[in-house]
Amino acid sequence: MRGDHHDHDHGSHFSDTELRVKALESLLVDKGLVDPAALDALVDTYETKVGPRNGARVVAKAWTDPAYKEWLLRDATAAIASLGYTGRQGEDMVVLENTPQVHNMVVCTLCSCYPWPVLGLPPVWYKSAPYRSRAVIDPRGVLAELGVALGPDVEVRVWDSTAEVRYLVLPERPAGTEGWSEDALAAIVTRDAMIGVAQVPAPGEGSAR
Amino acid sequence: MNGVHDMGGMHGLGTLEIEPDEPWFHHEWERRAFSLTLAAGFLGEWNLDMSRYARERIPGADYLASTYYEKWLWGLERLLVEQGLVPQAELESRRRDPAAPVEHTGHPRKLAAANVVPLLMKGGAARVHQDVPARFAPGDRVMARNAHPIGHTRLPRYARGRAGAIDRDHGVFVFADAHAMGRGPQPQHLYSVRFAAQTLWGADADPRDAVYVDLWDDHLEPA
Repeated sequence: MRGDHHDHDHGSHFSDTELRVKALESLLVDKGLVDPAALDALVDTYETKVGPRNGARVVAKAWTDPAYKEWLLRDATAAIASLGYTGRQGEDMVVLENTPQVHNMVVCTLCSCYPWPVLGLPPVWYKSAPYRSRAVIDPRGVLAELGVALGPDVEVRVWDSTAEVRYLVLPERPAGTEGWSEDALAAIVTRDAMIGVAQVPAPGEGSAR
Repeated sequence: MNGVHDMGGMHGLGTLEIEPDEPWFHHEWERRAFSLTLAAGFLGEWNLDMSRYARERIPGADYLASTYYEKWLWGLERLLVEQGLVPQAELESRRRDPAAPVEHTGHPRKLAAANVVPLLMKGGAARVHQDVPARFAPGDRVMARNAHPIGHTRLPRYARGRAGAIDRDHGVFVFADAHAMGRGPQPQHLYSVRFAAQTLWGADADPRDAVYVDLWDDHLEPA
């Protein structure tokens, strides 16, 4: 459970995985198929340049600029690209608006499709069998476990990313943030709220996650 | 293929575990498995759908026991061998065969460090700008085909044979099921199809809820 120590993604299954990867890298470098500097640049991009702060900028802008929000819901790819977030695993974007009546959440049951340009690489739980198997059949159970309290009349929509369209959830703007700047709003938007497995808490309420 | 990767709706696959720190990578080898996979992908010898299909062919028990980047590594090794870039013997010996012909070295599309950011920003669109007629329109009732192909498919088992409605037409896209199998792009309309939760999961499901699945024309029949 949350916070407990576990080592499910620590590569214990293949004891020689590390050696296997090292050998493969030298083989591919030897054969002139990959450049080690390009490998470093790929890692650097996803460790330091791309991440959920990008998505948070999109959400904060939509919360403060009605024309941008309208554009985002109509043509998310263009509206997100206008902020500079484009490319791999985000070539075609759709934004889903959470409201007091509708709660959207995103999964990829077949692999682990995820909108990289706005959220970065997915967390382990998103790629894990428990989330992928349960999100479609028991979304309310998953949401309850993650601390999302739904109102009595809320419809839950689960979006299974089975193609190359990538989904970003536009969470509800919390009460108590009236008049906040885009920067201040961006700072409270969480990755999980943009996957649809959390709500953005009102100031002072703290988040379950 | 009806593999364990197609796990939507399965029970008994464990509890949801959230890491406290959630690092992007847990080990240096994960960074390398990730970046080797992307860099090798840029050689253009296979497409993303073929990559997914390679990972789906991990034997079921191993698939469930493997971590995410172990799956990537397995898929990458398989593709390198299948596409003739690395002989199986070299993969096993973990070194280059000195007797291997010299034309098996180097590649005109080797990814250079300077091209990494521009190419990532550009992406690899699956959308096809081609005028292909749509078989369905938003609001149409459709049935997902009850088909069980041996190869790659993006039609999850839980939706097969179920009735839903077209929510929106995403436009024309490369058809992943064909593309993964080397049968070309076969561009066609892709839709978001809304399935009522009760249609998929029975009367115990919440009557308010729905699952939206992205499906292509070839996955669907009129209902």
